[in-house]
Amino acid sequence: MDFLNAIVALMNFVIVPATAYGAQLALGALGVTLIYGILRFSNFAHGDTMAFGTMVTIFGTWGLQSMGVSFGPLPTALLALPLGIAVTALLMIGTDRLVYRFYRKQRAKSVIFVIASLGVMFIMNGIVRFFIGVDDQRFSDGERFIISARTFRELTGLDEGLAFRTTQGITIVVAIVAMILLFWFLNRTRTGKSMRAFSDNEDLALLSGINPERAVLITWIIVAALTTTAGVLYGLDKSFKPFTYFQLLLPIFAAAIVGGLGNPLGAILGGFLIAFSEVGVTYAFRKVVGYLGPADWQPEGLLQLLSTDYKFAVSFGILIIVLLFRPTGIMKGKLL
Amino acid sequence: MNPSAAPSTPASTPARTSQRFDPKILMLFGFVAMLYVGTGFVQSWNTALTIFNMGLVGSIMALGVNMQWGYAGLFNVGVMGFVALGGLATVLVSVEPVPEAWSAGGLRTMLGLVLGALTIVGAILLWNAMPKGRLRGLVMFVVLVAGFTVFRRVFDGGTAAIEAIDPASTGFLGGLGLPILLAWPVGGLLAAGGAWIIGKTALGLRSDYLAIATLGIAEIIIAVLKNEDWLARGVKNVTGIARPVPYEIDLQANEGFLNLVTNIGADPITASTITVKLLYAALFIVVLGILIWLSEKAWNSPWGRMMRAIRDNEVSASAMGKDVKKRHLQIFILGSAVCGIAGAMMTTLDAQLVPGTYQPLRFTFLIWVMVIVGGSGNNWGAVLGGFLIWWLWVQVEPLGLLLMQGLTASMADGFWLREHLLDSAAHMRLLTMGMILLLVLRFSPRGLIPER
Repeated sequence: MDFLNAIVALMNFVIVPATAYGAQLALGALGVTLIYGILRFSNFAHGDTMAFGTMVTIFGTWGLQSMGVSFGPLPTALLALPLGIAVTALLMIGTDRLVYRFYRKQRAKSVIFVIASLGVMFIMNGIVRFFIGVDDQRFSDGERFIISARTFRELTGLDEGLAFRTTQGITIVVAIVAMILLFWFLNRTRTGKSMRAFSDNEDLALLSGINPERAVLITWIIVAALTTTAGVLYGLDKSFKPFTYFQLLLPIFAAAIVGGLGNPLGAILGGFLIAFSEVGVTYAFRKVVGYLGPADWQPEGLLQLLSTDYKFAVSFGILIIVLLFRPTGIMKGKLL
Repeated sequence: MNPSAAPSTPASTPARTSQRFDPKILMLFGFVAMLYVGTGFVQSWNTALTIFNMGLVGSIMALGVNMQWGYAGLFNVGVMGFVALGGLATVLVSVEPVPEAWSAGGLRTMLGLVLGALTIVGAILLWNAMPKGRLRGLVMFVVLVAGFTVFRRVFDGGTAAIEAIDPASTGFLGGLGLPILLAWPVGGLLAAGGAWIIGKTALGLRSDYLAIATLGIAEIIIAVLKNEDWLARGVKNVTGIARPVPYEIDLQANEGFLNLVTNIGADPITASTITVKLLYAALFIVVLGILIWLSEKAWNSPWGRMMRAIRDNEVSASAMGKDVKKRHLQIFILGSAVCGIAGAMMTTLDAQLVPGTYQPLRFTFLIWVMVIVGGSGNNWGAVLGGFLIWWLWVQVEPLGLLLMQGLTASMADGFWLREHLLDSAAHMRLLTMGMILLLVLRFSPRGLIPER
């Protein structure tokens, strides 16, 4: 029995990566949920919006790097993040003016918005590929580790190392800050309250003089901030590749629905639930179980429930289970 | 009712035959035909026929999506998955079986699959049979965990044994060694089976949820194709799938063919490639013809009117005693089966199954552009959209390159912007497709050939 090593191995391979990934998914799902709450449709262009915001941030990072600016031990991309958010917000507002507003005036069915968002998805995908190409981009710089596996081993004298990468730490901190800001905004400010009212009951909100166009405008700005942040954090943590971002759509949607579409708290919960299940189900638990058994014993087989290639199946499976047994999601959906 | 279009007028007499002679429709089809013929003159007839054959396949996919969307208003964004299942059918039907693999682990793998299926069926039966409560959840959990463990124990050994048999050239079970044309209906059946499973779970939920569920199932089907090597070799691809038409080489060696060609005065090599493509085209046209005839019959039948009634107002349709959920499941299966047939045809045309090439933008969302642009709720519209959008999808790239060359002609060679613009021309097609979709949706939401 070697309890400590088992815990450290579990932390290193499951808990820390899943927390970071969960924070990224939660930020993405918050965007989906906000759009659903205010504009009342599922935005299929979300993954590509993430890619766009990240791309702008990467260009900003390169620009700063070429000017010799750096952020000390932190990645330069954090300095470029405001630029990414601003440009993405402009793009979102422009898209809304050119595409979605027309259907809003017509009071079109939500599925029409979804189809329009498919068109937007194509265009954004095209723009991203046009400017940065389809290849992998790594743009993380600064200190790589907060604690490296080796330092941890030397410090504690354990066999297992616990690596805590800077990007993981940043992801968690930034995500928490973003969430606190969002909840403060929604619950404490006048605009935020009016947005919640609009999401809860559109007609009543209109009656009490809430300007819907303003609510929509602010939603897009917040969504741009959330998606760009999520995209940049994911890109720092892993790498930036347009197609991967497109594929993130599925776990992000799953997170938003599992948590309850339109419910921000649910989106965060859903994000972590999906991330932990995805990492947990595809991780080979052989090492962890080996530490828990008698000395010099290793279980036969990898003790891996599913191969990592099936990670989509995990988010999908959870989605289906929730839809079958609790269609409104874990937290009750449809309120902001 | 089809989204955003004006409500259909039940009072007007159903104009069944007038449509085919509508000059506007003839003109539109004539225009698209000119695009293909023009390609033949400007580029080459081989190119034109290649695009045409894929256009036929695209039209059939669009026909399938139009059944789900146009007839019933179901939003399926998992077309890629059903197309891939059709592709899998060609391997399962036509490739020669690998006896060594079957004796090494075939039965064990099959047993594993049966055990897995039994676990799920058992769990569902238990769920329905037991009274609600904590005990039910616990028993379900135990059954699923135990079933999964046994399944993996049996299944993993079998697949490992199969994949160890000559992995460089086989390493899979192979197919049944039957004629390739049989794979087309089988592809439809396979897709129908997949659609049944997903429809049973996701239909009846809100339309957005169906969209996400189908998006997910498509990704999972592709993941299965990529990773289950024992099934269809995964990313090692299956190549050299049998063809329903003769090989070019055989034609070139055939006396009768050579005599014929020299009589016309054509180059035998070009003539043979064109003949092969024409034969494919003929086969595909037969399938498209049958499918569109059936679709039109269905559309004009009481069944078709019932479908539209359900689409336009589910509440009143169910008040009239129509089983909305069952009808939705029916049309969802039918539409997916059509996509499966098209998928099998496409893999037959390629003569290889390459799971890595299945991209949602190309196999799901492009088909949606075809349907929306062509005219949702109109079979001829879907076909027209299929041909038009496929032609554009192929041709936008060279056109974009031309445009970029024009734009950058004044820039110096090797100037970074020029290089970048020329390199990026390939990505113009996504931009163009998005623009077309948005423009049509905005200014002509009922498509080129609107629903009658």
